[in-house]
Amino acid sequence: MSSARTPSALGPIAAAALWLIGSGGTSWAAPPESKQIIVRDFMFQPMSLTIPAGASVTWTNRDDEPHSVKSDTALFASGALDTNESYSFRFDKPGAYHFTCSIHPRMVGTIIVQ
Amino acid sequence: MPDDPTIPSRRNALKCLAYGSAGTLFVLAGGVFTPVDLAQASNEEEGARRVGKPLFVQISDTHIGFNKEANPDVNGTLAQTIALVNGMAEQPALIIHTGDITHLSKPSEFDLAQQLLGQLRASELHTVPGEHDTTDPSVSEYFSRFGRASNNRGYYSFDHAGVHFMALVNVLQFKPGGLGTLGAEQLAWVTEDLKGRSSSTPIVVFAHMPLWTIYEPWGWGTGDADQLVSQLRRFGSVTVLNGHIHQIVQKVEGHMTFHTARSTAYPQPTAGVGTGPGPLKVPPESLPRMLGISSVSVLAHPRSLALTDTTIG
Repeated sequence: MSSARTPSALGPIAAAALWLIGSGGTSWAAPPESKQIIVRDFMFQPMSLTIPAGASVTWTNRDDEPHSVKSDTALFASGALDTNESYSFRFDKPGAYHFTCSIHPRMVGTIIVQ
Repeated sequence: MPDDPTIPSRRNALKCLAYGSAGTLFVLAGGVFTPVDLAQASNEEEGARRVGKPLFVQISDTHIGFNKEANPDVNGTLAQTIALVNGMAEQPALIIHTGDITHLSKPSEFDLAQQLLGQLRASELHTVPGEHDTTDPSVSEYFSRFGRASNNRGYYSFDHAGVHFMALVNVLQFKPGGLGTLGAEQLAWVTEDLKGRSSSTPIVVFAHMPLWTIYEPWGWGTGDADQLVSQLRRFGSVTVLNGHIHQIVQKVEGHMTFHTARSTAYPQPTAGVGTGPGPLKVPPESLPRMLGISSVSVLAHPRSLALTDTTIG
């Protein structure tokens, strides 16, 4: 599993490219499609996302307030994301992964990996 | 500029008030105009000297690093706030910062905040962290700078002029979907800390998130605060000061007064108005009226603690 955090100027494609460079692979593969979760109005939208194993998720903050993404099991943590900042994480193993915003713990979401 | 207590929306929120030349005074005693005797301070002489002088000023939610439309210059409004405090005829003995010192827990934000706060003439500063101060993965940025008072636990207590101050942290053990949390270890420390203290000791408790439930859907509250409040009920004068919500909300319950402070950075909407507790944009000329400080003084007649909210414009 790997994660990448991107500043506001870069988009999902760049996020995937950063992941690729960091993975240490020797062969060039197409960047995996990243499923999007928008953080807006103090909610993860969608609040529940089902993805295939090996897919990655990109959270992008569209609020005026910083948010973060933190796994309930400490598997992944984005740190504070300011407006328009993104964070990506790739999920390899099937299961249900609950997460919350560590700044606003009322905000919760789930990734279901099949 | 002091609060105008004749504004109808505020009238019901005020349990008791008296007008002073400094503006609006809230007498922090149970019931209307019920004076609360100060403790027979171990240092009676020091207690007598403090009467009439501001004991401390509470500054909150400075959010150094914030740069959006609601306030493009949080450094400037903090500097204005500090000028206001520095301009007080009698300097407070202490400054209490109830957290969200920074906006994104960045080292540069902490450095700048410390630089700005260093301009205060009152040199004794006590802090607690807000959730914006503890977002770095190792939570070390806040504690490396402000952790010594609490041995990096976040909670500590101290005495000044016969008043017992308790600094609590409720932003470190969030449960998903929940409110602020004090946690079992901190609550056990509270029990130890209060053990043997005379009920006539005035207590001041400060923490970032509200220690009573103001609005649960926006996380405005602390889940296990009832276990704290039950331990404080026996004391004759308890003042609970919080921040986090960037507006003043107050509750008086018996001998306990709960009060949240304004921010020095930006206001937030009233509970439930809009999609969430984000920055509230107001016309620039209105902003200074929505930012400010709280100061607590010891009054002579009747002997009690009095709280004054003052805005920077």
